[in-house]
Amino acid sequence: MTVRVRLPEPLRAFADGERDIAVEGASTVRAVFARLAETHPGVRHRVLTETGDVRPHVNVYVGDENIRYLKGLDSPVRDGDTVFVLPAVSGGQ
Amino acid sequence: MAKAKGLSVREGDVMVMVGTMKGAFLFRADAKRRRWERSGPYLQGNPVYALAYDGRRGRHRLWASANNPFFGTTLRASDDFGAQWTQPKEPNIAFPKKTKLSLLNIWQVVLGNAAEPDTLYCGVEPAALFVSHDAGEKWELVKGLHDHPHRAKWEPGGGGLCLHTIVPHPKDPKRMHIAVSTGGVYRTTNGGKTWAASNKGVRAEFRPDKYPVFGQCVHKIDRHPSKPDRLFLQNHWGLYRSDNGGRSWTDIANGVPSDFGFPMLTHPHRANWAYIMPLESDGFRCMPSAKLRVFRTKNAGKSWEPLARGLPQKDAYETVLRDGLAADALRPAGIYFGTRSGRLYASANDGASWKLVADSLPPITCVKTAVIGREARSA
Repeated sequence: MTVRVRLPEPLRAFADGERDIAVEGASTVRAVFARLAETHPGVRHRVLTETGDVRPHVNVYVGDENIRYLKGLDSPVRDGDTVFVLPAVSGGQ
Repeated sequence: MAKAKGLSVREGDVMVMVGTMKGAFLFRADAKRRRWERSGPYLQGNPVYALAYDGRRGRHRLWASANNPFFGTTLRASDDFGAQWTQPKEPNIAFPKKTKLSLLNIWQVVLGNAAEPDTLYCGVEPAALFVSHDAGEKWELVKGLHDHPHRAKWEPGGGGLCLHTIVPHPKDPKRMHIAVSTGGVYRTTNGGKTWAASNKGVRAEFRPDKYPVFGQCVHKIDRHPSKPDRLFLQNHWGLYRSDNGGRSWTDIANGVPSDFGFPMLTHPHRANWAYIMPLESDGFRCMPSAKLRVFRTKNAGKSWEPLARGLPQKDAYETVLRDGLAADALRPAGIYFGTRSGRLYASANDGASWKLVADSLPPITCVKTAVIGREARSA
């Protein structure tokens, strides 16, 4: 099972410049980021805090759905899904 | 926006580092400090609450806290005066998992005592102290302070629950003071293993018990290197001096328009001199009477004089934050401050007169200085 993680431009520096990262064998968003931490720890740390929560001004979507309105990091992912990481409109300076 | 070039500096130049809500700027001048050149912004879009210069052991390293509003806070470094900055893949300052805490901001970066040329300290939010003994490669939480029984009762001030001030002892690397809003002043005499609250005599206006052991909202403390047991303190209401290493404090709010304010700065060469920038009140955090003035004592707080030559004395609704006032190490001393409206002012004569160096910067969070090649550390 493969899930694609699409990164915003500021995080691509932590993924060798790639926009999309393929993640294998994860069935939840939490597992996606756990796998991602093994290969791209810089991405994981900028999406999640030390305590494992999604940072307040980052949004994570599975397809078109924000995981805050699903089951959070326990939201399921399926083969072929795209997990989008996006800066929230609430952040920025 | 195009990437900013590094600041071009020469031996003996004064460098003023300015942190803002949208990045950092660098300024340089020769020792006369008449004409300033600017570079930046660096770390664009990142609030920069802490800056430091480490010139020890031949380094020319700038440290900056970059509080990325989306992706978290990291400590970043530049060895070429801003042209390039490190971008650590994993956060260099992070709470251990078992603390169940997440880093919100880095408020202070301070070099260790002269006897520890590779030591650095960071004060962070939520309030904690981190130390590095290898010039900033690896950092660890100072457990002695983190495990202090008072910590659970510290409460956030208006800026959050932050450890914003670190004052190493100039002679003894095992002694240090730190300040937390709101927790108060703590001191260690054994290299951080244990800490004692050091707030005797400091008022907590916002509590039913006005003189608690801890819980004061201390805004800034500073000490003079030649007289390390003397400290000055700007409180959330209150000005104080200690002559016994912080064991007790004496009220020195003598003749100031307000004893509310944020910065406290000792003069680099004169142990009886200190500078403050009073604000009208906690409810109206602007200069009293809308006059932009620095106040100086030359007698350790027995009296204070306004310094206003060259500063606007009408309709100046300005605020200077706790790290917005700094001095360089030259004689006479350069004194610098930056306002929340983005103005940077400088004095090349101990504060006797002032010039506007920069206008229209983003809101200024911190101002730090260094004399390149003559001193190893920023002030």
